[in-house]
Amino acid sequence: MKYDLIVVGGGPAGLAAAYEAYINGIKNILIIERDKYLGGILNQCIHNGFGLHIFKEELTGPEYASRFIDMVLSTNIEVKLDTMVLDIDENKNVYALNSKDGYMHLESKAIILAMGCRERTRGAINLAGSRPSGIYTAGTAQHFINIDGYMPGTSVLILGSGDIGLIMARRMSLEGAKVKAVVEICPHSNGLNRNIVQCLEDYNIPLYLSHTVIDVIGKKRIEKVVIAKVDENKRPIKGTEKEFLVDTLLLSVGLIPENEISYKAGIMADKRINGILVNESMETSIPGIFACGNVVHVHDLVDFASQEAQKAGKAAAKYISGKLNHGKYTNIKNGKGISCTVPQKFDFDCIDESLTIFMRVSNVCKNKVVLIKSGDRVLTKLKKIHLAPSEMEKIVLKKELLDNLESDVVISLEDGDIK
Amino acid sequence: MYDVIIIGAGVLGGSIFRELTRYKLKVCVLEKENDVAVGTTKANSAIVHAGFDPEPGTSIAIHNVIGNEMYESLCKELSVPFKRNGAMVIAFDKTDLEKIRTLYNNGIKSGIKGIKILNKEEALKMEPNLNSNIVGALYAPTSGIVCPFEYTIALCENAIENGGEIKLNKEVVDIKKENDIFIVKTSDEENIKANYVINAAGVYADKIHDMICPQTFSIRPRKGEYLVLDKSQGNLFSRTIFQCPSKMGKGILVTPTVHGNLMIGPSAVDVDDKDDVSTTPEVLEEIKKVASMTTDKINYKETIKNFAGLRAISSNNNFIVEENFTVKKFIDVAGMKSPGLTCAPSIALEVIDILKNAGLELEKKEKFNNNRKKVRFMDLSADEKNKIIKKDARYGKIVCRCEQITEGEIVEAIKKSFATTSVDSVKRRCRPGMGRCQGGFCSPKVMEIIERECGIHKDKILLDKKGTWILRGKVK
Repeated sequence: MKYDLIVVGGGPAGLAAAYEAYINGIKNILIIERDKYLGGILNQCIHNGFGLHIFKEELTGPEYASRFIDMVLSTNIEVKLDTMVLDIDENKNVYALNSKDGYMHLESKAIILAMGCRERTRGAINLAGSRPSGIYTAGTAQHFINIDGYMPGTSVLILGSGDIGLIMARRMSLEGAKVKAVVEICPHSNGLNRNIVQCLEDYNIPLYLSHTVIDVIGKKRIEKVVIAKVDENKRPIKGTEKEFLVDTLLLSVGLIPENEISYKAGIMADKRINGILVNESMETSIPGIFACGNVVHVHDLVDFASQEAQKAGKAAAKYISGKLNHGKYTNIKNGKGISCTVPQKFDFDCIDESLTIFMRVSNVCKNKVVLIKSGDRVLTKLKKIHLAPSEMEKIVLKKELLDNLESDVVISLEDGDIK
Repeated sequence: MYDVIIIGAGVLGGSIFRELTRYKLKVCVLEKENDVAVGTTKANSAIVHAGFDPEPGTSIAIHNVIGNEMYESLCKELSVPFKRNGAMVIAFDKTDLEKIRTLYNNGIKSGIKGIKILNKEEALKMEPNLNSNIVGALYAPTSGIVCPFEYTIALCENAIENGGEIKLNKEVVDIKKENDIFIVKTSDEENIKANYVINAAGVYADKIHDMICPQTFSIRPRKGEYLVLDKSQGNLFSRTIFQCPSKMGKGILVTPTVHGNLMIGPSAVDVDDKDDVSTTPEVLEEIKKVASMTTDKINYKETIKNFAGLRAISSNNNFIVEENFTVKKFIDVAGMKSPGLTCAPSIALEVIDILKNAGLELEKKEKFNNNRKKVRFMDLSADEKNKIIKKDARYGKIVCRCEQITEGEIVEAIKKSFATTSVDSVKRRCRPGMGRCQGGFCSPKVMEIIERECGIHKDKILLDKKGTWILRGKVK
């Protein structure tokens, strides 16, 4: 089977990318989705807060997904559900499996990767203690409640203040569970500010910053969790232990882009984001293989993932019609105070009107100037009142600013004001 | 009334069980938990040792070498993955070189094939991710890796197919002997009678022994903690890498697992609680520190699990495989420290001999099916994959994305299972949830399949042992 474009993943990124490629003239498109329905993780995100940027209104996860699903279903884009991609290669062959077609070898002119991410687990944070039941990642607990309709426990402690953890603190409270605390190892929360207010403060759930779980106790079901304050090196401080009698521990300790098939195909990674290296067109290190959404880097807002996916879809359409030709790249580098940027490089000639850069800062800080330079040339300065690692910053640079650059673009945080 | 009762369904109990089902006997295994292979067998280094470590000529050394040889054909018969990946013991200085010379001599005396001493360059050429400050290594190509619980489950499944019986959730609380017949009482007040009793109760073997025999030994658990890393780290080494052994054991090893992960451990701390398999931050850090002497290439961000297991160390620090002197027809198989897993097939044969000498009549069955079949979908060729999907469409559906396990394999495991079907019992049989997401994505799906296939309501499905509930009632 031959396609112009194969999109791996039918979540928000994959849907937006496929639709954008379609309206840019590519008609022979296949979306491969491993679950039994399109929409990805949004299907279990039944809370609202989605769509403010793209649709200018507040939608629930399933509502947001259905907007894009409807768009895709209005076209003749082919969708294979319950289908797992096992391998891709640099020649854009895709090997996939499902019950109806069996083991498939599919060929394509371009691929868009949109597999999303997975949650970090107890093992990934090397949490010691006993191994009773009752320890779930926040997303798995969300699936049990919102998809299956069952409660995973009655008294809860949540480790990590990531957004899914905060959302689950509220969700479990609404279902009658007692959420005793949210514990965060960092001195600052890792979730969106609005979620701290709406999910914790409104429900009187205490947030312990600079604390972590040091022991899990229980031979069958979890019985007790011990937390302690940590020092500046995140090491537990003796004598600060507190015990919580709970039957459930939820982990909201970060997300990891799911790139196993990308790396097997030889696509270059970017360790800073735990994801992959892309150019201004969301193209990976293998020409014709694009990537977007949480498989590239973890987003705070689905709206931004969709926008990034639209960029990938449009670029893939260009590539398929032979109009995306890369020449000289300029790198985008972290300067002082910046932990990562996406994209990590760009070709001036391949930029449409503007270049969007997503970046994260290393630490919480106030009243800073984001300075964007190339050599001694200052491209732009932006004043920021509040910056936090948990909040992705979006910078849009007009194309003309980037003309005739001679060295890398460096983004850094500086003190002072914009003069 | 049984001919033989085996107490404990670990790798020893399972091995003896299967051997006994070759004969015209009524054999029953009693296991206190709701599945087999959930004690020491579940949590160890999973190494089929070459056998250079034990003192040559001792029974441990002899069982080790014979057991090692037996694994290959046993795993083939039982369709269990086994790989003879070889092992190295690395030396950092002169003292270590002397130690590996002793191990080499042990190996030669014990008849281990292919064992040799490598210089630094040879060792680094074979394992380029070793730290370059090593000065030499012992190499034993016959060392292997296996999955101990999959192996034990396979032994039991095969034994059951050949007429053996397993009773789970049967904790033995008392043993009496009346008129030369054992009466084994279980916690649910059942009295089970047998002519012969085999005590293979792992860390509890002393308790079982003391129920009917004069106290002659005790078992102290020695806890070992481990870290398992993602398959991204699994190809750092193709062989099992040991540092030089000490009196507490073989030290911290770094090894690929038979399924392609990387595992490091174990620590060795004597504990009192026979059920304490908790891990501790300090020990996990210590393991990493010691392993960093072997290699500095491990990316610990790729850790997917930590766990602990208890080795059964007897008070005489030796295997105890014998008929009791005072209580005839009661046979202890106790103190199975490392290399107990390796020795298990050979010890099972010795136990058959002991039973024979104790008067048990052994007549072979006309029909013994030594084969157990199991589909590992991902190992099939493209054609074979399509063939099996045509027969059963469920093989076309991947449930566990990390380990790439299909619904077909999960259903097959559930149907074949003699255990209480729990999420972990399925995981131990065909691996959904063993991978990098640790069941985050697939456990709700596995529960759906269990609900459908076994008719157990979702909120009654257990994670593992009794009491390990997962869900509590419907949402509002």
